[in-house]
Amino acid sequence: MTPLLTINGLSKAYPGVIANDDVSFDIGKGQIHALLGENGAGKSTLVKMIYGLVRLDSGTMTLNGTEFAPPTPHAARSSGVAMVFQHFSLFEALNVAENVALGMEDPPKQRLLAQRIREVSEAYGLPLDPSRLVGDLSAGERQRVEIIRCLLQDPKLLIMDEPTSVLTPQEVGILFETLRKLQSEGTSILYISHKLEEIKSLCEAATVLRRGKVVGECDPRAESARSMAEMMVGSTLHTPSRKAEAPGEVVLDLRGLSVASSNPFGTSLKDVTITVRAGDVLGIGGVAGNGQDELLAALSGEALATTDAVKLNDVGIGHLGPNARRALGLLTAPEERLGHAAAPDMSLTENALLTGAIRENLVTNGFLKWPATRAFAEKIIAEFDVRTPGPDVAARALSGGNLQKFVIGREILQRPLCLVVNQPTWGVDASAAAAIRQALLDLAAGGAAVVVISQDLDELMEISDSFAALNAGRLSAPRPIKGLTVDEIGLMMGGAHDLEISNA
Amino acid sequence: MDLSAINPLILIASLMVAATPILLAALGELVVEKAGVLNLGVEGMMITGAICGFAVAVETQNPLLGFIGAAIGGALLSLLFGVLTQYLLSNQVATGLALTLFGLGLSAMIGQSYSGVTPPPTSKVDLGALADIPVIGRILLQHDLMVYFSLALVVAVWAFLKFTRAGLILRAVGESHDAAHALGYKVVRVRLLAIMFGGACAGLGGAYLSLIRVPQWTEGMTAGAGWIALAIVVFASWKPMRVLLGAYLFGGVTVLQLNLQAAGLDVPVQVLSMSPYLITILVLVIMSSGKGRASQNAPAALAKSFHASS
Amino acid sequence: MIRLEKRPQPSKAWIVFTPVVAVLLTMIAGGILFAALGKNPFEAIRTIFWDPLFNEQFKAFSRPQLLVKAGPLILIAIGLSLGFRAGIWNIGAEGQYILGAICGAGVGLAFYPSESAWIFPLMVMAGALGGWAWAMIPAILKTYFNTNEILVSLLLVYVAEQLLASMALGLLRNPEGGGFPGSRNLGQIDALSNPELITGTGMHWGVVAAFIAVIFAYILLNRHMLGYQIRLTGESPRAARFAGVKPKLLVIFCLGTSGALAGLAGFFEVSGPAGQISIDFNSGYGFTAIIVAFLGRLHPVGILLAGLLMALTYIGGELAQFMLGLPAAAIQAFQGMLLFFLLAVDVLSNYRIRIGHGSEKTGAA
Repeated sequence: MTPLLTINGLSKAYPGVIANDDVSFDIGKGQIHALLGENGAGKSTLVKMIYGLVRLDSGTMTLNGTEFAPPTPHAARSSGVAMVFQHFSLFEALNVAENVALGMEDPPKQRLLAQRIREVSEAYGLPLDPSRLVGDLSAGERQRVEIIRCLLQDPKLLIMDEPTSVLTPQEVGILFETLRKLQSEGTSILYISHKLEEIKSLCEAATVLRRGKVVGECDPRAESARSMAEMMVGSTLHTPSRKAEAPGEVVLDLRGLSVASSNPFGTSLKDVTITVRAGDVLGIGGVAGNGQDELLAALSGEALATTDAVKLNDVGIGHLGPNARRALGLLTAPEERLGHAAAPDMSLTENALLTGAIRENLVTNGFLKWPATRAFAEKIIAEFDVRTPGPDVAARALSGGNLQKFVIGREILQRPLCLVVNQPTWGVDASAAAAIRQALLDLAAGGAAVVVISQDLDELMEISDSFAALNAGRLSAPRPIKGLTVDEIGLMMGGAHDLEISNA
Repeated sequence: MDLSAINPLILIASLMVAATPILLAALGELVVEKAGVLNLGVEGMMITGAICGFAVAVETQNPLLGFIGAAIGGALLSLLFGVLTQYLLSNQVATGLALTLFGLGLSAMIGQSYSGVTPPPTSKVDLGALADIPVIGRILLQHDLMVYFSLALVVAVWAFLKFTRAGLILRAVGESHDAAHALGYKVVRVRLLAIMFGGACAGLGGAYLSLIRVPQWTEGMTAGAGWIALAIVVFASWKPMRVLLGAYLFGGVTVLQLNLQAAGLDVPVQVLSMSPYLITILVLVIMSSGKGRASQNAPAALAKSFHASS
Repeated sequence: MIRLEKRPQPSKAWIVFTPVVAVLLTMIAGGILFAALGKNPFEAIRTIFWDPLFNEQFKAFSRPQLLVKAGPLILIAIGLSLGFRAGIWNIGAEGQYILGAICGAGVGLAFYPSESAWIFPLMVMAGALGGWAWAMIPAILKTYFNTNEILVSLLLVYVAEQLLASMALGLLRNPEGGGFPGSRNLGQIDALSNPELITGTGMHWGVVAAFIAVIFAYILLNRHMLGYQIRLTGESPRAARFAGVKPKLLVIFCLGTSGALAGLAGFFEVSGPAGQISIDFNSGYGFTAIIVAFLGRLHPVGILLAGLLMALTYIGGELAQFMLGLPAAAIQAFQGMLLFFLLAVDVLSNYRIRIGHGSEKTGAA
């Protein structure tokens, strides 16, 4: 049977890096084909070429036997290729119908469109109300909008880029049912992911990319997660080591913490209550958009609460701002590296001052001590293996992994009593991620209380002592990690979402 | 003080005339801001339109051509702003201010030879017997073409934004230029077109001042009308119908204080002259504070530079 | 196809060169403009930039004028630059300038005909306070009501102008002035005047204040926490909040300081070069200072140089008006062009120009 899409010798280079190097593979008709690889393997670039967002340097593509080289997404859509991005292209202040219309080539009139949206979304088990503002929808519902947008154009090939990073385990199940239904109707699916278990349960064929090259093709149903991981990474990963210690005193005590979100489309915290002991790592899981940013802001001091809602070593600090909390030993590292944890255009030295001013004694009577600040920055660079020519380089010049090492290192070197991090290894290459996780474990072993907020369940399972799930602004009761199964975690995370299994 | 000298019907009719330049400029700026661009150069574009329209009208002795010339002049000047902010990624606030300063200087230069000249008169639209209807006739039906044009423009802009695909794309670009770009829409092109539309409207507004309202050319004759137009867009929560309300409100205050001055009200002239500006500030404060959280309706990408990274 | 590619680091070289390139481009464009007006472009450019400084016939008069004109521009621009760096846009410096003049002169005239040496310092403080207070209006409206400071500060300029007119005609009018509008001439009353300190240089207290302001701003921005916070807020507001910066404090500080400096400039001007409170003694310095601030890259030393350059265009412009019949408005257009070119060339400090086919962002998926 002729394949739907044939990719032959595709290459693409950017200044300084070869994103794709002579990539070739086929996608069959009605096939669910996985594209596997780590961060930086070249998956996104490849699909952007298929979707017409990026022009290829060399190679050919053939769709249904005819040459295929779409110059724009518009052209790709006209040829029957649709894509659901990892980062949604949605407009929060517009409603579902308007968002869908914007993603279509030649949308019908609003009233007709609204009706079609209702019909198609019901049929595929992803019900949507066309008149709701997208800003009011959960991440899973927003993904439905993206999918419906694609489905209304009867695509032959549906590309999905890391679709489950924002879904609960139950929502993942619903998505898979929908994809299988599409497959039975003859649509091919190109499924990009690094989640091996999911690929095993869903896909029939897989192409593995590493550093821009194809390093293997396989049938996931016949492989084990381990064998696919080895193809992806190519070397054995160093799993962080953890020493078991007797837990110490309660360091961080949250009681009834309720804080409104500063973002009109955000999730407010409701009655968060938990304690963290010295030497413990608390993992807080949850899909994006359930209050993670708000929780970090409530702990960093960017959002204020009642005094006793947040207690550090039995002292109420809920009313204090970021610098007062730093002085007392509560440090945080937010999710967004550039623009929040660090100022992109400022040097690493200046960024070291950002949070280090107080605990590292870098200011006297309001006047700055630049030599001392520089020395602090150099210490961070040395101890955390930050690859950079020096501390005078602008933050934005560093790669994601190196900047993250700097940001986390900056907080760890300040000897916190309690450190809270949000998505510490997001978008970071494997070795830097391992280094960061080890550093967090070492910090806990030294007696600090550590809270890790992360969407990466594997990571949390690896480094946490106890686990709690954040859902719609509420924190579940914590459970010790030992013996916790993925299903139980999924249920803790699922919470109050309105779930429906499609009519399979 | 003789308040009886103030005729309410004439007051309302003249407030419509006073409001028209600001209404035109504000509508243009509304479209620009809905696309996510903050153009503070409205004052500069208005005054450029004023002199361009004046010059063309005087040279051709045709006021209609004057208005067309004003629209073109405003649009060309706004193109400078467009190129700088959309292609060269300059800071929108600074560039808008530069536009204003440059526009004021440029117009003063062009206007050197036109001081004291009388422009060709613009006639009122002749609606025949309709204009003689008591009350309504005097208020609504004895105006010149531009007043009716400005009202029609309000409806046109409203319909464009709400019902057309182009309007939807414009709003999307103003909400999230990254998402719009990812979907394949030409963000820069949409914004540039919006900017030029804004320039044309501001130019028309300025020409209304020099050709009809005053009618004469004087350096700096816009006297802050462009800034008032910007304030009105905020006051209107970026909704076209409310822009109409805001412009007429401001026109009303302006005309009222002039009438009160003429009627000999026992308040210093300067205080009355200050009042429109003070009232605008007051309105801005009310709109931006508790009542309605107007800033919530601002296009999310307003004033942020867009650089296509892929 | 020409594309812009973001530099990994802001280019230090270009940050210095940008104003130079902008000035050169403006000279060229300005030359074209003057030619369009029927003047010899080379003669015009020479008259504006060279003659006031080096021509035997004019330099005796023009050189001192340089400091006279530059002083207020630099003083105001320094204040503005602090706010601009933090993303706080004070566009109403002209109004704060007027209020400073009114308050300073008002205090002095209230004490007339006393000759005490304390009056002048008191007037200086009143001038600063007047400008500060006028800037507090947009500051408070922004911090408590979230009202846009651009529009409020601007609209208050028009209000200030009306206030000035009413003062010149009313409260501050010279009782011995024969009924004409305008206050007493402060420059001619010893206790109230702001004289030239070193003859022939044009340096008066306002100029001294400008130099002090440059030093103060340099130290603040580079050595003090507040300066760091200002820079941080402008570059990365979210990071600033994370670092514990209190935005309200910054708004009040920046607007207050720029208002005070503008008020000082206004006072020094009215008690010195301008001489009296009249209906239109303000000459747009508050707006030109905005150009000076940007031309100086919001950097204290840059502003010093930019202020001198802008003063040169004023003086040279007057000279060109006198000698070549160039209209005054042409100079205003020229100054506006300068800002345009600066903004246009500025892109090069953060982006590289790439000529080629569809090259996009560095970094793979």
